[in-house]
Amino acid sequence: MTVGLNHYLAVSALLFGLGLYGILTRRNAVAILMGIELMLNAANINLVAFNRYVAPVALAGHVFALVIITLAACEAAVGLALVMAVYRNLETVHVDEINLLKW
Amino acid sequence: MGELAAFTILAAVTLLPAVVVVTSRNLVRAAMSLIPSFLGVTGLFVLLQAEFVAGIQILIYAGAIAVLILFVIMLTQGGTGTAVRQTNEQRVVGALAAAALTTALLALLLRTAWPLAAGALPRANVAAVGSAFLTTFVLAFEISSVVLLVSLVGALVIARREQ
Repeated sequence: MTVGLNHYLAVSALLFGLGLYGILTRRNAVAILMGIELMLNAANINLVAFNRYVAPVALAGHVFALVIITLAACEAAVGLALVMAVYRNLETVHVDEINLLKW
Repeated sequence: MGELAAFTILAAVTLLPAVVVVTSRNLVRAAMSLIPSFLGVTGLFVLLQAEFVAGIQILIYAGAIAVLILFVIMLTQGGTGTAVRQTNEQRVVGALAAAALTTALLALLLRTAWPLAAGALPRANVAAVGSAFLTTFVLAFEISSVVLLVSLVGALVIARREQ
């Protein structure tokens, strides 16, 4: 039995589900960002696996994955900066306590 | 056979720490567990002959993002967060929703007949990825560099202490 496309798709679906569980159940904004990183990783596994098994000559999947990694870095930087700003103003990082627009 | 064994180990290295990431009450432990999970994904990339993506994954995910997340956990109140409740009231509903989506995804992905193509990736494809970035995908390359610059400035402005 050799490793095929379906193996990678299964791993990435499980990783995506774990990330979604983290996003839905965590209170801490930083922990929610960790869940988002897991989901982005699952997407990257899919892209690279499809590149390998469906279109082995093209390298579009690698390029997509690299762009997604770049955007994930941007998202982490901006998201964590927002968490710091919210913490300075409201003294909390729990998203269920951040329920005011201005005061 | 060897490939299957390597895949199984790497899948376990990816998924088991990911469970800790989403369930641990200790936030520092959750953030540290991100690193083996990212390294497992890196191994999967190597297995898929994506060496350049694997290197970038180590540099940016395991190196930069994990450290950034640890910094913010340390800078915000509570430290490890073991003193306060870490999950909201929707734990069961969230677990059910995540399980439902995972089941749907698995059923969809594993039943579809993908148009598999034989053939192998070019050997040592780092140079090919580089030239693809500067020829076919040059627009995506330029736009992502602009997005990087904007998010750098934006993060600095947002995180700066107001005078």
